[in-house]
Amino acid sequence: MSDTITKGAEAPSGDNTPKVSTEKKQKPERVASLWSDALRDLRRNPIFIIGAALVSFLIILAVVPGWFTDGSPFDNNACDLADSLKRPSAEHWFGFDVQGCDIYTRTVWGARNSIIVGVLTTSMVTLVGALLGLLAGWKGGIVDSILSRFTEIFFSIPLLLGGMLIMSMLGKGNAWTVSVVMTVLGWPQIFRIMRASVLANKNNDYVMAARALGAGAGRITFRHILPNAIAPVIVVSAISLGVYIGAEAALSYLGIGVQPPEISWGLMISDASVRFLDAPHVLLFPSAVLSVTVLAFIMLGDAVRDALDPKLR
Amino acid sequence: MGRYVIRRLIQAIPVLIGATFLIYWLCFSLPGDPVQALAGEKKADPIVAEMIRQKYHLNDPFLLQYWNYITGVFQGNLGESLTGRQVSDMISEAFPFTVNLAIVAFVIEAIIGVLAGVMAALRKGKFLDQLVLISTLFVISIPVFVTGFVLQLVLGVKLKNDYGIEIFSVSFNEEDGLRGYLLPAFVLASTSLAYVARLTRTSLMETMRADYVRTAVAKGLKKRRVIGRHALRNALIPIVTFLGADLGGLMGGAVITEKIFNIHGIGGLLAQAVYQKQGTIIVGVVTLLVMIYLITTLLVDMLYAVLDPRIRYE
Amino acid sequence: MTTVIEKNQKNGRLEVGTPLLEVKDLHVEFHTRDGVAKAVNGVNYSVAAGETLAVLGESGSGKSVTAQTIMGILDMPPGKISQGQILFRGQDMLAMSEEDRRQIRGQKIAMIFQDALSSLNPVMTVGAQLGEMFRVHRGSSKKEAREKAIELMERVRIPAARQRVGDYPHQFSGGMRQRIMIAMALSMEPDLIIADEPTTALDVTVQAQVMDLLAELQAEYNMGLILITHDLGVVADVADKIAVMYAGRIVETAPVHELYANPAHPYTKGLLRSIPRLDQKGQELYAIKGLPPNLLKVPAGCAFNPRCDVATDLCRTEIPKLHQVSDKDGKELTGRRSACHLWKETLHG
Repeated sequence: MSDTITKGAEAPSGDNTPKVSTEKKQKPERVASLWSDALRDLRRNPIFIIGAALVSFLIILAVVPGWFTDGSPFDNNACDLADSLKRPSAEHWFGFDVQGCDIYTRTVWGARNSIIVGVLTTSMVTLVGALLGLLAGWKGGIVDSILSRFTEIFFSIPLLLGGMLIMSMLGKGNAWTVSVVMTVLGWPQIFRIMRASVLANKNNDYVMAARALGAGAGRITFRHILPNAIAPVIVVSAISLGVYIGAEAALSYLGIGVQPPEISWGLMISDASVRFLDAPHVLLFPSAVLSVTVLAFIMLGDAVRDALDPKLR
Repeated sequence: MGRYVIRRLIQAIPVLIGATFLIYWLCFSLPGDPVQALAGEKKADPIVAEMIRQKYHLNDPFLLQYWNYITGVFQGNLGESLTGRQVSDMISEAFPFTVNLAIVAFVIEAIIGVLAGVMAALRKGKFLDQLVLISTLFVISIPVFVTGFVLQLVLGVKLKNDYGIEIFSVSFNEEDGLRGYLLPAFVLASTSLAYVARLTRTSLMETMRADYVRTAVAKGLKKRRVIGRHALRNALIPIVTFLGADLGGLMGGAVITEKIFNIHGIGGLLAQAVYQKQGTIIVGVVTLLVMIYLITTLLVDMLYAVLDPRIRYE
Repeated sequence: MTTVIEKNQKNGRLEVGTPLLEVKDLHVEFHTRDGVAKAVNGVNYSVAAGETLAVLGESGSGKSVTAQTIMGILDMPPGKISQGQILFRGQDMLAMSEEDRRQIRGQKIAMIFQDALSSLNPVMTVGAQLGEMFRVHRGSSKKEAREKAIELMERVRIPAARQRVGDYPHQFSGGMRQRIMIAMALSMEPDLIIADEPTTALDVTVQAQVMDLLAELQAEYNMGLILITHDLGVVADVADKIAVMYAGRIVETAPVHELYANPAHPYTKGLLRSIPRLDQKGQELYAIKGLPPNLLKVPAGCAFNPRCDVATDLCRTEIPKLHQVSDKDGKELTGRRSACHLWKETLHG
């Protein structure tokens, strides 16, 4: 699509503030300083610190839930229907759900699937999208056309709808299948960003210079274009991680994500939604924890974006 | 421009075919027997089942079935469900609810989102800006179905029971007209609204730093005119693009909102069809959504050229 | 105040030599994450009607920041005016209300920017952008404004002005765009025009045309002109006097031809030596060694000392005053000043 758009030459906008840094840096240092500047910014950013602390905590929760609760959600004897919908108490902070299971225990154990889905989907989406985007942007021509049409097909299918179908086909709903589904439907976003980013960098002077010096296509792509084009991809991936966790919950809520006996916050919310008028606490706790988790990852992503894109300051 | 539109429409054909093919294949690969699903719990009568299979060509090879289907689509025939109803009828029954919901959501998203973003950008770093930044962060983080339940509880139930105010209805009722759509539409719009507000803020802040805005100040124009005529006009270009692209997304995302508020739109139709493994309905809905997506993206691209004279399509 | 101005006016235009603008001891600093950058440190200069002042300096010398401060378009924050006055016809603009300053901007003092493409609004036709001046400041109708815009475009010699008034900035060539900027600046017939690197973005052949046009219009309207540039070649033909800036200070002022013939500051000398000349073909071109200073860490003493060939210990410790310059016999040279401890040696040796 964008190959048919011709934009009037975009002039660099004038820089009003005086040049504080006087040395014109060479390209490799430019990339290096982008990352080290970003790291320095991140360490000072309270949003990043809060986000990182929350995320670290959630990861510990996901890896060793046993540290935080004695109960196990897979122990069928742990639930007692007599406790059904009981309100929070000193022993049971989050109260009980319809089945009489301790909500706190289930919420703690639910972190694992959310984190797995978030991390797995983000890694796969980024890998697939970035590699194909790099290929399309660099090769151009017929490869680009075919890949671009292909992404449009996936783009045009709504996530929830496609998710519904693929999940029904796969049958087994767990963190892994959900991640696969979201990867299948999510990669075009990263593809587009990567492709645009490569196209923008491809004609930069330093790439021309590298080519003039006789560098091969592979070397130019991986040594020169990729390091410069990857920043926007990382920014979007970082923010998407939280979004994928939310999407898993949405799929599970609709009954097409993670399936019982697996535990998922989305499933808990779905179960709770039937009775939420008379027992709002059953809905409240998993919703709150889910929201905080998504928030933590988005904060992290936001901070990374601000650090990598100083223009937005 | 004319040639560009034609080329885009031609380019849309493989996308349409690809998407329907993919969905058709997925439906074909669904485990279980649709005819058995039709019969429900009890065992389907083998003779009747065979008749249904014959009638709907379910015994044909996959590619032949698909070929018959897609040629039908190009003749404007979306096929028949296994219960003998025209898919186009089923869709046109459910579709208006979803369209209304999406349009109300779109209006809410555009007006509130842009206003909030502009106010935040003009008060960069001040209280209002922080408020918009933090509240949008929360809205983006809270999953839509949670927002839905909370608003339903607070605005629908609490407001009515505790204060006797009944602006929003708890669940959707056709007789309520526009009022019935307000709460579900707001829930559906919430995430996009937050994105629009943030995008507007960033975009306006960026254009406020542009050289031509500096020129406008140097011309001795009043602040209002500098912002309204020079900065905002340019800042709105990416926002309009986002909004246009989001219109299709709102329809796809309506599934959840429809479930929460019990609206019988295409979301419900689709969920039912997947459950019953009724391929023709699923593919019919998808075909429609894909076409909406393709048309809106084309319109957005054309609008883009109208808004930004530097862009020429050839 | 107004009576003085009216007395000096002839046919609605100011008489040559009427003082217009006086910058007094201006200090501007930028507050950045890494510290305070002192961009302008006590700049003084003045322009009269019909006079052209060229402000010369490398990027970061404070020449553009000074101009933006005069115009009132400095980004604040990060910029901050910490000291000084800017008198326009005797009135301190820094003490005025924002509304009074707005009335001066565009109508009394106009500005031409370096990059016309980015300085013109990409989504408005040039006619609308030119006409806007008349619509806003003169209350003209849409039709009148359009006619005025065409008139202005013809004034700056844009061919087929009537046909092109509805075109967008990107549809014009660089030189034509800069003419439109000039037309916009001229539209209210201001007393003073500030041109910030007006020809830097243009091809050499177009540069001369645009410069000539600017000089011609200035003479016709008797305007004061502040020409900000880093290009010595642009200055020679059009300027009356020159102020050379370095690291936020004026290091030398002089009438233009005297400065070319006989600079009184090593920096100016270096600049002049680094212009390629036909009669020195085959020789290696001179370049001032080193780089302009980082404004966060300006060297002690004379800011130029690390790059100076003749710097002494004094230069490394004491900031030189802007000395009045005199000839060999001790006779003061009017308008000539130099901020160099060794100005005598530089001028006479």
